[in-house]
Amino acid sequence: MGDGGNFLIVIALLPFIGALLPGLMIRAGRTACAIFTALPTALALTLVLILAPAVMRGEVIQAELEWLPQLGLSASFFLDGLGLLFAGMILGVGLLITLYARFYLSGEDPMGQFYTFLLLFQGAMLGIVLSDNILLLLIFWELTSLSSFLLIGYWKHLPEGRQGARIALAVTGGGGLAMIGGLLILGNIAGSYNLTDILRQGDAIRASEWYHLALVLILLGAFTKSAQFPFHFWLPHAMAAPTPVSAYLHSATMVKAGVFLMARMWPVLAGTEAWFYIVSTTGLITMILGAAIALFKDDLKALLAYSTVSHLGLLTMLLGFGTKLAAIVAVFHIINHLTFKAALFMTAGIIDHEAHTRDIKRLGGLRHLMPVTFVIGTIGALSMAGIPLFNGFLTKEMMLEEAAHTVWAGSHLALPVLATLGALLSVAYSFRFISHVFLGPVRDDYPHKPHDPPFGMWAAPALLVVLVIVIGILPAAIAGPLVAVAGGAVIGGGELPYYSLKIWHGITPALFMSVIAVAGGAIVLWLHRPLDRVWITAPRPEAKVIFDRLIAGSVTISRAITEGTHNGAISRYLAIFVVTSVLLGALAFAGGGLGAPTRELLPVPPIFAVGWIMLIVATLLVATLHRQRFQALVLIGIIGLMVSAGFVYLSAPDLALTQISVETVTIMLLLLALHFLPKTTPVESPVSLRLRDAVIAMTAGGGVAGLAYAFLLRDVGTISDYHLANSYEGGGGTNVVNVILVDFRGYDTYGEIIVLGIAGLIIFALMEALLDGPAARRLRNTDYSQNRSRDRHPLMMVVATRVMMPIAVVVGIYIFLRGHNQPGGGFVSGLVIAVALLMQYMASGFAWTQTRQRIEYHTMIGWGVIIAGLTGAGAWLAGKPFLTSSFTYVHLPPIEEFELATAMLFDLGVFLTVLGAVMLMLYSLSRIARYAGETVNVEPMDYDPADTIQVTKEEG
Amino acid sequence: MNHWIIVPVVLPALLAPLLGFVMRHDITLARVASVAGTVALVAVAVGLTMVAVDGQTHIYRLGDWPAPFGIVLVLDRLSAMMVLLTSILALIVLLHAVATNWDARGRHFHALFQFQLMGICGAFLTGDIFNLFVFFEVLLIASYGLMIHSGGRARMRAGVQYVVMNLAGSTLFLFALGTLYASTGTLNIADLADKVQDIPIEDAALVRVAAILLMIVFAVKAALFPVQFWLPATYSNAPAPVAALFAIMTKVGAYAILRVHTVVFGPGAEAVEGLPGTWLFPAAIVTIAVGAFGVLGARRLLPLVAFAVVGSMGTLLVAVAAFSPQATAAALYYMLHSTFAAAGLFLIADLVVTRRRVDTLVAVPQTLQNGLFAALFFAAAIGMAGMPPLSGFLGKLLILDALRGPSEMIWAWSAILAGSLLTIVGFARAGSMLFWKSTTVPAAASVEAEEVSSPMLPAGVAEVAPTMAVLALLAALAIFAGPVFNYVDDTATQLFDRAGYISAVIGSGGEE
Repeated sequence: MGDGGNFLIVIALLPFIGALLPGLMIRAGRTACAIFTALPTALALTLVLILAPAVMRGEVIQAELEWLPQLGLSASFFLDGLGLLFAGMILGVGLLITLYARFYLSGEDPMGQFYTFLLLFQGAMLGIVLSDNILLLLIFWELTSLSSFLLIGYWKHLPEGRQGARIALAVTGGGGLAMIGGLLILGNIAGSYNLTDILRQGDAIRASEWYHLALVLILLGAFTKSAQFPFHFWLPHAMAAPTPVSAYLHSATMVKAGVFLMARMWPVLAGTEAWFYIVSTTGLITMILGAAIALFKDDLKALLAYSTVSHLGLLTMLLGFGTKLAAIVAVFHIINHLTFKAALFMTAGIIDHEAHTRDIKRLGGLRHLMPVTFVIGTIGALSMAGIPLFNGFLTKEMMLEEAAHTVWAGSHLALPVLATLGALLSVAYSFRFISHVFLGPVRDDYPHKPHDPPFGMWAAPALLVVLVIVIGILPAAIAGPLVAVAGGAVIGGGELPYYSLKIWHGITPALFMSVIAVAGGAIVLWLHRPLDRVWITAPRPEAKVIFDRLIAGSVTISRAITEGTHNGAISRYLAIFVVTSVLLGALAFAGGGLGAPTRELLPVPPIFAVGWIMLIVATLLVATLHRQRFQALVLIGIIGLMVSAGFVYLSAPDLALTQISVETVTIMLLLLALHFLPKTTPVESPVSLRLRDAVIAMTAGGGVAGLAYAFLLRDVGTISDYHLANSYEGGGGTNVVNVILVDFRGYDTYGEIIVLGIAGLIIFALMEALLDGPAARRLRNTDYSQNRSRDRHPLMMVVATRVMMPIAVVVGIYIFLRGHNQPGGGFVSGLVIAVALLMQYMASGFAWTQTRQRIEYHTMIGWGVIIAGLTGAGAWLAGKPFLTSSFTYVHLPPIEEFELATAMLFDLGVFLTVLGAVMLMLYSLSRIARYAGETVNVEPMDYDPADTIQVTKEEG
Repeated sequence: MNHWIIVPVVLPALLAPLLGFVMRHDITLARVASVAGTVALVAVAVGLTMVAVDGQTHIYRLGDWPAPFGIVLVLDRLSAMMVLLTSILALIVLLHAVATNWDARGRHFHALFQFQLMGICGAFLTGDIFNLFVFFEVLLIASYGLMIHSGGRARMRAGVQYVVMNLAGSTLFLFALGTLYASTGTLNIADLADKVQDIPIEDAALVRVAAILLMIVFAVKAALFPVQFWLPATYSNAPAPVAALFAIMTKVGAYAILRVHTVVFGPGAEAVEGLPGTWLFPAAIVTIAVGAFGVLGARRLLPLVAFAVVGSMGTLLVAVAAFSPQATAAALYYMLHSTFAAAGLFLIADLVVTRRRVDTLVAVPQTLQNGLFAALFFAAAIGMAGMPPLSGFLGKLLILDALRGPSEMIWAWSAILAGSLLTIVGFARAGSMLFWKSTTVPAAASVEAEEVSSPMLPAGVAEVAPTMAVLALLAALAIFAGPVFNYVDDTATQLFDRAGYISAVIGSGGEE
């Protein structure tokens, strides 16, 4: 890439970099801010002008930066004739708008923000016209939607601004999304997302079966952006933006993006029936409809907005004709429309600024008060009407000429007649703009006495109307070369068709049509008052209303769907979850075969059958009796015991031991918690719902049982064989379950004790949060005394637990020590000791017990987790991986030889965590009890016979 | 053997108890330690990613037991990337929580936070499916603690739903693992992949059930229709920084699907051929719709963001459902993006909601720094809705580009594009209400009185910086899309190289 290429990248980046300036420079004053906004624009324009001669010679300047080559997205830019035309327009008008806005915006408007948005938009727009990669183009395309959203909503206090911004974003953004699909398909057909590659493959693309889908999707993007019927309605509502924005985005540049895209894709997409009928018809309808509505709008900006819609329709129609000549006329008209329409918007802004109204019915006679504005506005409007000597005339003639030669659905007349009608209406609203605003008598009821604005404000439109006249008189000399090179780019190279840019073409059909249009337009204006009355009373669909209803409807439906489904009913969520699991599980099961069973069913011993029936009965009872919470808890205890018995039967003593101790601790804690809860659960769902849930639950349970039955009858080689073989030699233990827990899969255990530790922490944190809130008040205000026993710390229990304590501790230690070789281990041992401690608390109350134990539970959990972790990490010192165990046999007389294993240290961590977590849960419960009014006991028991003896002794 | 592989698990696991037990009385100490630990985690994650980038599958045999008999950790490009993503997100979220004082509004925030990181990193690094279950438990319990941090009625209620739904998922996980073990006799993912290959279709009923049940389990985590119901209430009621961290939690589900249903049940396994994609694809499509409707219909800001998260998970999983390297690469890129996008949106929502005092989308007097918040929200919403110039747009293009099968194309493209439109409209409505319409509401007298009693301070640099950092990351993801995509592309290739994975994990057993 040469200098030109580098320039191109700089041009594309300049506005974005420049966008950082205004926000800062506003601190130096408004003029400084404007100058620093103009600076990057001017610099970019200079660079474009430097490149211009080469482009005019027919060169195409290219630049490429790699971005995401895997997708085919690269930051590649190119500047050809069409790009040059648009880049010049964007930057040139950008400069004028910057100047104009400096005087237009009032002191209260945040100018820095405005210029920032403006430059962002400028960058995005420039990106569209310079992109050589359609994905890059898409990016800039959506960026224009976003920046225009910000600009339309600039006056955020105005509801019209906010609505207009949202409408514009929804319509143009939505069109952009459709275009994503279209361009991706296009790229797929062409095998590249590079525009220059795609442009070479027109025939292949038009022949593809995907052509029509791509065409429709791309046109959706172009039509929405360029406000074509039926998407035209967003543009007038975008007029809530400050006038510089309207002049820049919504007349000169952004709305032309759709036209630009159609022109860009013209060599590839045009030339088919589908293109002709979709594009030219849409353009034609838009042209006539826009012009008709414009005629009856009283708001100056609305009039101009619909006029813009109409002219965009004209451009679309020309491109839709699919002939080279029509495409070149479109290019020329882009230039002409830009000059007069931007000038007119600025004029409207000046009038609004000076007279404080844009309502045509409140204006008139301004030619005396604002002579300069009058001259500018009139020249612009005459050009818009297509009067000779102004540039609008040239392209209107050429357009009519083209229409006269085009056959639409077999009819030779349809297009010429309708095109003339469009031109006629256009003349009418242009004349109306002149006569109802500037002509007529001077009024004395303007909201504000108007006069011409300062030079800075009228300089920009004045420059534009000078162009209008110069091009209008000397078209070939001034605009000829640019039209040729840009037109050449649109039609995709090759010979330019013959045309000549001049005022007088001789007596042609177009001349007659033109005369009819001007005369008819004058008549329509003369009849405007009665026509206006008819228009106002005539019923017509209002696109904005339809759109608003559409959005409101979508919101309502969305809300209904969302809130109807996410209604917070956990039972329903679970039901859906279970049904899904069962259904998909069954479907998956059905998709594969099941081999023959490899095992015989074992005989069922009677004792086992009894246990099994008990288990089932207890389970059913829990489901039916769960509203009586206490009974349900007892039943759960039974289930737990039966499961433990099952483990014993299946030769898993470790599991049985663990299950029993977990069961005990859980039930005890739950019992304590139940104290603060209602004794019964209220019935919340109707019978039908419970029936449904019962069916779901039974099916799911049956499914799980069936699954278990299926795999219990089948053998499969498992990794447990290795565990059995290596437990003693590799793990130093004969109890495989324990070796699995602390060695083979010690990492799992490490995770699980952390879960337990976290649970302890959470319960503590939860309790703290609860006792800070309204729950504490409720606890204080509820009277629990009815539920309390008179003798809360009975003598017998105190004595019994005291006796049990040392025994339980010894058992715990024993279980811990033997764990590696016999059923037991740190987990069970922790639970056993926890039970022993729990009983002390139950017997003598928390406060009494608490004063007698020195270790904080938080710390105990912490030590547990840290010891386990450090034991694991200790292996690093030996150069082994985390949790690698090591063991040795020690002979210390007089004790028999015994084993020392690091796994035991790990097990100690398990032990401490388990014990700490259980005790922290208990501590949390007792804190709640304190709030519920439980007294703090300092004595071990409520009635202590020793006291009586003491008293008797003292008395005696 | 590289001991650094286990550090992302052990570091937070050792730090968390210290935070919870030694440092629990001094918030400043806890903050310093927690932030330092997270910074270290980022450093380790960067190092691991640089190790993994060589394309090798590194394994770490816990307890020095050979696979498949002991547990192994597996570090490949995918797990390294996920750990790195987690650590960076965690650091940003942590700084936000500290700056906004969220961490002091309840007990044990930092301890739970570190445990949470341990759980997430453990889930990403493990090469054993039962161990995955264990770490699912760790991250579930820790996330429950974080979710109900600082309490409150609505939060507690949502917390119960969250934990119940996810416990149901855990139970199903156990059923699935039982079935899987019964039909293959192993738990190591590589070994499973090896064994499942050999199961003929005539014998596949059980393993198919296991595959689909595991899919549902992961779908619960990933908030996929029809098991997504828990997510909006959870995320919108969680403390916002926690919700921001949770942006990675849904990705754990997506990661598990990628890992298990690609390596074990992926293309080429006769027993389950096509089964995962068949169900994942329609579910993901509906998920996009659920998210989009939720965004458009939202009455409150935080649920709006939560539904946007649901929608983005749908988009992500549509790509995953194709189970092809190309679509997976696109999904991975989008995953990086959507994690940060969701987090960024929650962080800015937190700054705004704290100052507005309500998160309902009605006009209330504008807050201080309205312009700043508006700009940040605009940028974050662009990210989430997948508009240029941030990475979401590229992610979406990549996904669309990757899904070109005639049948999937119609559904996926329509869902993603139409979903985007609804999301854009939803965000535009919300933003215009929050930041534009609110400027028209005068500050009422009663409100002023309240202001005096507890004046809302403007957000300082420390409070805004994390949000800006997230947005900067989104921009960086877009700018450096080429190199990033190279990485995820290689990641996807590695993920689909089942034989390479198996030989790396099992083949080298017992040699070192």
